Amino acid sequence: MSVAVELRHISKRFPGVIANKDVSMSVETGTVHALVGENGAGKSTVMKILYGMQRPDGGEILVNGKSVHFKNPNDAIDASIGMVHQHFMLADNFTVLENIILGSEPKRGITIDFAAARKKVVEMAAQYGLDIDPDILVEELGVGARQRVEILKVLYRGARILIFDEPTAVLVPQEVDDLFNALEGLRAEGMAIIFISHKLDEVLRVADDVTVVRAGSTVAEVKSKDVTARQLAELMVGSELPQPTTHGDTRRPEITLALKDVSIPTKSGSRDLISHITFNLHAGEVVGIAGVEGNGQAELVEAIMGLRDYTGDIEFSGTNINELNVAHRRDLGIGLIPEDRQRQAMMMESPLWENRILGHQRGKPVMRGFVLDKKTTIADTRAIMAEFDVRAPGPTTLAAALSGGNQQKFIVGREMSKAPSLLVASHPTRGVDVGAQGAIWEELRRAREKGMAILLISADLEELIGMSDRLLVMLRGTITLEITDSTKTTPEQLGSAMTGAE
Amino acid sequence: MKKFKLSNVILAIAAPVAAAVVSIVISSVAVLASHKSPKDAYTTMWEFGTTSASLMQMLNTATPYYIAAIAIAITFRAGLFNIGVEGQLRLGAMFGAYLGAMFVLPPVIHVIAIMIISMTVGGLWAAIAGYLKVKRGVSEVISTIMLNSLAGGLSSYLLATYFVDRTTDSNNMSTKMLPASAQIPDLMPLLNKLGVENQPGGGVYGMLIFAIVLGGIFWFVINRTRFGFELRASGSNPIAARVSGVNSKRMTFVALAVSGAVAGLAGLPAVLGDTHQFNMGFRTGIGFSAIAVALLGRNNPVGMGISALLFGFLEVSSRSLELIDIAPETYVIMQGSILLSSVIAYEVVRRYKITLQSKELAKAVEA
Repeated sequence: MSVAVELRHISKRFPGVIANKDVSMSVETGTVHALVGENGAGKSTVMKILYGMQRPDGGEILVNGKSVHFKNPNDAIDASIGMVHQHFMLADNFTVLENIILGSEPKRGITIDFAAARKKVVEMAAQYGLDIDPDILVEELGVGARQRVEILKVLYRGARILIFDEPTAVLVPQEVDDLFNALEGLRAEGMAIIFISHKLDEVLRVADDVTVVRAGSTVAEVKSKDVTARQLAELMVGSELPQPTTHGDTRRPEITLALKDVSIPTKSGSRDLISHITFNLHAGEVVGIAGVEGNGQAELVEAIMGLRDYTGDIEFSGTNINELNVAHRRDLGIGLIPEDRQRQAMMMESPLWENRILGHQRGKPVMRGFVLDKKTTIADTRAIMAEFDVRAPGPTTLAAALSGGNQQKFIVGREMSKAPSLLVASHPTRGVDVGAQGAIWEELRRAREKGMAILLISADLEELIGMSDRLLVMLRGTITLEITDSTKTTPEQLGSAMTGAE
Repeated sequence: MKKFKLSNVILAIAAPVAAAVVSIVISSVAVLASHKSPKDAYTTMWEFGTTSASLMQMLNTATPYYIAAIAIAITFRAGLFNIGVEGQLRLGAMFGAYLGAMFVLPPVIHVIAIMIISMTVGGLWAAIAGYLKVKRGVSEVISTIMLNSLAGGLSSYLLATYFVDRTTDSNNMSTKMLPASAQIPDLMPLLNKLGVENQPGGGVYGMLIFAIVLGGIFWFVINRTRFGFELRASGSNPIAARVSGVNSKRMTFVALAVSGAVAGLAGLPAVLGDTHQFNMGFRTGIGFSAIAVALLGRNNPVGMGISALLFGFLEVSSRSLELIDIAPETYVIMQGSILLSSVIAYEVVRRYKITLQSKELAKAVEA
């Protein structure tokens, strides 16, 4: 076996971001090499450097033993490096075949040689075990199949070194199995695979070698058979990994939120966005909504918050709130952690103390009557920042200057500070580092014990199972399954339910 | 921390200074192109512009600019753009003058009544654009431009047909003269006490003081009230504002209507302080220059005050260019180049500031 790619002491600085201080790794051909680390540890930056999207400030990259300097991704592609992006870059209205050859079409005179392209793609698909129909439109494909198209696209360009950037983040467990089978096939063909992830159980399943980065530096390079998930986690964070768990049953008899036959019809008369949703949420209870993204979870949140028209009834603490707008619902004591923090919960170019007001502008502590109480607000912002470990110079720092994890901690802190009786938490720990994740879980636990009702929407199945008392599975806008005791399910079972496989 | 604050001050000054340098260069090129010496031009403008009479005119020019700029800034802060200030202030001034001359009230109350009339008319006119935006999704930029044309035609028609005062046989069609109770006294007697001498044809509109107060109210409402916060939130992130309980449609409508109401006042300094009637000679273009004033002043009450004075100064002092055979329209080039270069300079500084803050943050996190 030979070394396909070697990174030596890569460093890269950005203003405000801890990028890479000293990252080294060595990837052999015919192996899967995982690169793990917390969010913000510098995984993505090092891969962008390897793929030619950014240039290192220092260090050296060797491909097949030769030192290389990539100016752009084309140079990397020429050096047979390919990247399967986390967010797919496919044209929906093109067929699989067209997408694969897009940008490097085989020509016959001035026309595209589709026959040759199809032959090659079909051969490749069979060789690597990537099952796909070349003539289907990409828009008709599921997430897993789209990923296979991405992989084929990279292979079609002659890649021998493949980078997978968080490839399982968007997949349900069954699709993860398919992906790992495909990776097995690629490894057998002598490819070098770099697998970026922070899901350690997956890493241990699929990888031969593991490089751990922390705060921009390589802290360990180990064989996966020699380590446990816990050891890896400790290497990643330098301390113990938090667990999404709750203790005991804190459910109280009173019903905080009740949905009765709630639907959101579409104007065009096609399938309802959400259809006949009925459930109760008790005080002191966490109900998790499980589902592949885009199955109505976002619309459900919008209906509860009053951001969207719906039919049916929503009751809050026994009162029908159908006629109340967003502001009045918030006044009653409904808090929201929206799924997209930058778009829905922050004014990026405003200081943190003004962001503290957002959503709370109708009362204390930020207002005295109709007048804004700047002094108290700044003091309160400082308190939230201290309690929720928001790392920033101070309340006057612009929100845009904060890292995603710190923004999220701030938003959670802001919503919690009002002690709402209902918290709608959409992906509360998405994109935050392990430390922040543990802190947010702890806050949710404490709030639950104090009697807060929490509706938890998440794509992280372990978080859902661990934090929820009860689970509701949503598929195509309806609740297809209720799991009354979430401890009795596994991520695999939940994943099957989410895809409707059961 | 102290060093950081010093750099903040430097940054705050950097943009206007850079903009001034660039605009002087551009204007000089324009003067050179007409084979004249830029130095002569600037000297003449300075000498003429700094005479007492010119400075008074500068204040009188700046006052309506400032009020109109506040109107525009209200929409800017809400993420909207009211280009229709020109029409709103025209209609506001005309109805104020016409209706105000139909009754007599005690002095201050009469003026307040006229202001309310002008604000109502300007606000209603702008509310049309607000209604169209909220109910029909019509861009307020387009609708307010179109409403400007309508307002121009409508005001001429109404003045000529219904509002004209037929008791006088002046060539200049005008509304009936306002009674003394509706006239705002000139600031000249006050200035005399401060040692300023009377100038032939000179005088300073009493509404200057009102404009300054309005600037203070604007600052307070925008920065220190819930309404102001919700307005700014809608402007800086409309989706987050909606999620936070701001009724975005209502905010759009209200912001445009309030903007129009303030705009309705911008024609009054001349009507109540000088002509005491609305006539065909009513100054045009205030609403458009005010867009530049608001942009240059960055929607900040002090900044807009300075830029209104600057534009007033340029406009008045450039009249002297004719004396040395330079087209006075050169000031339009100056105005344009100041605006362009300052908008660019502010943007550069803004981006630099974010980078700087990120560096500070990195230090804080690493420490």
